[in-house]
Amino acid sequence: MTVHDKNAEAYWKANLRLIIGSLIIWALVSYGFGIIFRPLLAGIAVGGTDLGFWFAQQGSIITFIILIFFYAWKMNKLDKQYGLDEE
Amino acid sequence: MSQFAINLLFVGGSFALYIAIAIWARAGSTKEFYVAGGGVHPVMNGMATAADWMSAASFISMAGLISVGGYANSTYLMGWTGGYVLLAMLLAPYLRKFGKFTVPDFIGDRFYSSGARLVAVACLIIASVTYVIGQMTGAGVAFSRFLEVSSDAGLIIAAVIVFMYAVLGGMKGITYTQVAQYVVLIVAYTIPAVFISLQLTDTFLPPVGLFSDHVQSGVPLLQKLDEVVRELGFVDYTADVDNKLNMVLFTLSLMIGTAGLPHVIIRFFTVPKVADARWSAGWALVFIAILYLTAPAVASMARLNLMTTIFPDGPTADAIKYEDRPDWIKNWEKTGLIKHDDLNGDGRIQLYNHTPAFEATATERGWKGNELTVNNDILVLANPEIANLPGWVVGLIAAGGLAAALSTAAGLLLAISSAISHDLIKGSINPHITEKQELLYARISMGVAIVVATWLGMNPPGFAAQTVALAFGIAAASIFPALMMGIFSKRVNSKGAILGMLSGLVFTCVYIFLYLGWFFIPGTASFENVPENWIFGISPLSIGAVGAAINFLVAFGVSAVTEQPPKAIQDLVESVRFPRGAGIAVDH
Repeated sequence: MTVHDKNAEAYWKANLRLIIGSLIIWALVSYGFGIIFRPLLAGIAVGGTDLGFWFAQQGSIITFIILIFFYAWKMNKLDKQYGLDEE
Repeated sequence: MSQFAINLLFVGGSFALYIAIAIWARAGSTKEFYVAGGGVHPVMNGMATAADWMSAASFISMAGLISVGGYANSTYLMGWTGGYVLLAMLLAPYLRKFGKFTVPDFIGDRFYSSGARLVAVACLIIASVTYVIGQMTGAGVAFSRFLEVSSDAGLIIAAVIVFMYAVLGGMKGITYTQVAQYVVLIVAYTIPAVFISLQLTDTFLPPVGLFSDHVQSGVPLLQKLDEVVRELGFVDYTADVDNKLNMVLFTLSLMIGTAGLPHVIIRFFTVPKVADARWSAGWALVFIAILYLTAPAVASMARLNLMTTIFPDGPTADAIKYEDRPDWIKNWEKTGLIKHDDLNGDGRIQLYNHTPAFEATATERGWKGNELTVNNDILVLANPEIANLPGWVVGLIAAGGLAAALSTAAGLLLAISSAISHDLIKGSINPHITEKQELLYARISMGVAIVVATWLGMNPPGFAAQTVALAFGIAAASIFPALMMGIFSKRVNSKGAILGMLSGLVFTCVYIFLYLGWFFIPGTASFENVPENWIFGISPLSIGAVGAAINFLVAFGVSAVTEQPPKAIQDLVESVRFPRGAGIAVDH
């Protein structure tokens, strides 16, 4: 199958934008809040420790789940919108 | 009923279930054997993926590592879950659309080269075999402890069970067995955690309990834990880490490595549609997260429980008398995994961190060194006893630990057998074999892989922990970048891909061998494996991410100065990007 029309190109660009946006959040919650910026968030107390600790042991995992489901929902919608779904 | 009889009932009962499922779901065709006929519901596939992914390391070792390392070992939590985001967005849907059976299938076709395919087969086999040894050893230990047989006998029982349902059922049998194994392992993991959370924080959900107040002292649990360990010379449980570069790279290596492990990737070939591959990654992470959100709670609560057991009147008062120690310490002393050595001869158990900084306090209190050594791996297994839970919970933990080890072993063995029968024999040596012959070769290679893994499990080269680093390093540095570039770049050609994979692979292996011994032969390490010797403070465990970066750079660099891939290949890349036209996974 060769899809070389503008429609397919727009679909792929929309997918890339969505992936880049999602991966920025992915990196921000784990490498950012959970590791590198933890000292900056030290003032925000969460249950006996700080926000960075929460992101490292809980927050990032919860965010990952939300990201994957958001991506799946959005992409499955884009598939239909651009007429590229499997049906 | 004795504890032994209860264990036998739980372990035997769960195994009867797995074998019954395997007989019911026998594979008749290569499609059923490799990809379960391509008809697995995304939620069920997510559950099977979770069981496939969560090994003895996740079930038994991880909570112990976090318990000892505190915040610093959060890397395992983020690293082993964050990889699923990469899988869901960068690999799974496109590989599902590509619609073949194996990972080397894609690399061989996309880079139009049997050389690339062979490099991929080699990386896959090294990564999977090193990984499966740890699972077999783990299963052997769990059998020997709970069924009171020798560890070699335990290993053979484990091998026979895996052989029966993996060889018979292939992916179809494995998928449905893994669903059952997931249920067993998650129930076993969470029940003791809920009881301990109720005891310590009066909170039903362990992840909530982690950030709640400690009932006995009224202060937050983590604050209480920090105070107790600080009094005994340990680093604060929640203390920040100085070497952030290494922490970032280690987490990244675990994430990329997770996304590049072939036995996880092939699970996404089993769902009916591209859309399902996306959902399935999400469900897999939900099921994994139930354990991964419970683990840090288990880690901190077990650490506090241990400290308050040893220092019942607080860390500044006297430690417990050896003769007054609780039963669970007595039970685990028999296994040699808890050891007490009364250095100062006062008949008490002093547990503290014997460092120069703490020397003055220790002398003042009449302590002559730490007297209690506790193996990290017993934490989850001993949890029900620490919390005084009934005998059936101990039996459940035994069945759960075995389910975790065996489900991962089966998934890895399937990845190995498909690489040999499908990619090596059918793909490279003799493309004209019939489906029936291919199925026979798949079963034979799986049988051989089990024998090799069992033998290596009985004669471990003494590097269980290091080999896991190697498996993740190879998956991160070779397989993941090749797959990602194959999908997201039309420009990377066969020369770029092969040189990229090889340079990532060689760089990663050499860096690991420099510190852990050449080919893991003891005594051959070029440098002592201490942080002072690491280049830029990067540990050998964290080097996979750097290897991946080198793979990307070399592949793009070489491709830029050599020819474009053929038009047919560029069209192939186009086609995997769009879901329309995806059938179920097919043979050549």
